Amino acid sequence: MTIATLDFVPTELARGRGGGGPAPTRIVVAYGFWIFLLSDFVLFSGLFAAYAVLSGNTAGGPTGSELFNLRSVFIETMCLLFSSYTCGLGALSAERRQPGRFLVFNALTFALGAAFLIIESTEFAGMVSKGAGPSRSAFLSGFFTLVGTHGVHVTGGLIFLVYMMAQAIAKGLRPHVLRRLLCFSLFWHALDIVWVGVFMLVYLMGAR
Amino acid sequence: MADVRPFDDRTPGVEEYEPTANYWSYTAGLGLAVLLTIASFVVSQTNLLWAPGIPVGLIVLAFAQIGVHLVFFLHLGSGPESTNNILALAFGVLIVFLVITGSIWIIANLNWNMMDMPR
Repeated sequence: MTIATLDFVPTELARGRGGGGPAPTRIVVAYGFWIFLLSDFVLFSGLFAAYAVLSGNTAGGPTGSELFNLRSVFIETMCLLFSSYTCGLGALSAERRQPGRFLVFNALTFALGAAFLIIESTEFAGMVSKGAGPSRSAFLSGFFTLVGTHGVHVTGGLIFLVYMMAQAIAKGLRPHVLRRLLCFSLFWHALDIVWVGVFMLVYLMGAR
Repeated sequence: MADVRPFDDRTPGVEEYEPTANYWSYTAGLGLAVLLTIASFVVSQTNLLWAPGIPVGLIVLAFAQIGVHLVFFLHLGSGPESTNNILALAFGVLIVFLVITGSIWIIANLNWNMMDMPR
């Protein structure tokens, strides 16, 4: 075969769309997980809507601009961004079958995610001790539900991450482990997208 | 000869090494996301933008950053393997938009109708 024959490949006959045979499992698995992530976004949209509707109803209690500390929100945002970066590099190392680098990058991802959770829970504890707990006003109920649900997702992501590292150590970077890792990466990056909405709508608009 | 395969004749579901990204695309994504984050903090804390326009500016920056995440981290591209994901995403965006703007609209209307009447 020559290069000229290769040029003739009808690229519009894409796999998974009836042209070149079924899509690879990796694509199918990622698509299914993507549908789950979109349903998670719909869940968050309900919480965002509730917060947007309730954010003005402080019932005489503290407002966002009195409670929010933008410096720690900035650090939290950077923790999540850099953890997304190390998560991506970890996924690359796994694809390239570099177990050592994979474990280092994922340990970094875990550390950054845990740092985010520690800062967030310190912030929550401080608010509750100031009498600004979720039962103080509709605004605070909405705030704790929205930001807390994101925090619970990050916690779940960390458990998922430890589980994937254990699988990579016990089973090696086999194809099915790589596919689960792909799902974990998608989950972790999707949490970052939700956080963009949280810090824009809740913190930056609320602290003004 | 055997390794030149213009058409795909592999066993279904059996995959080879298919690179989805490289170090540079992740680094570019991180750089853009950090820049947009810093920009949004600056916009919200200074008078760089005309004050009533700040929420609009923040929304634009949020959409830009979500776009950066989708392209550089979630690898949503123009390739054929992304078509189904983008269609599903479009539907998800529609639902999210309906839920959020619909709630804000309806409740604002309710608030208006339930304002205290002058006695």
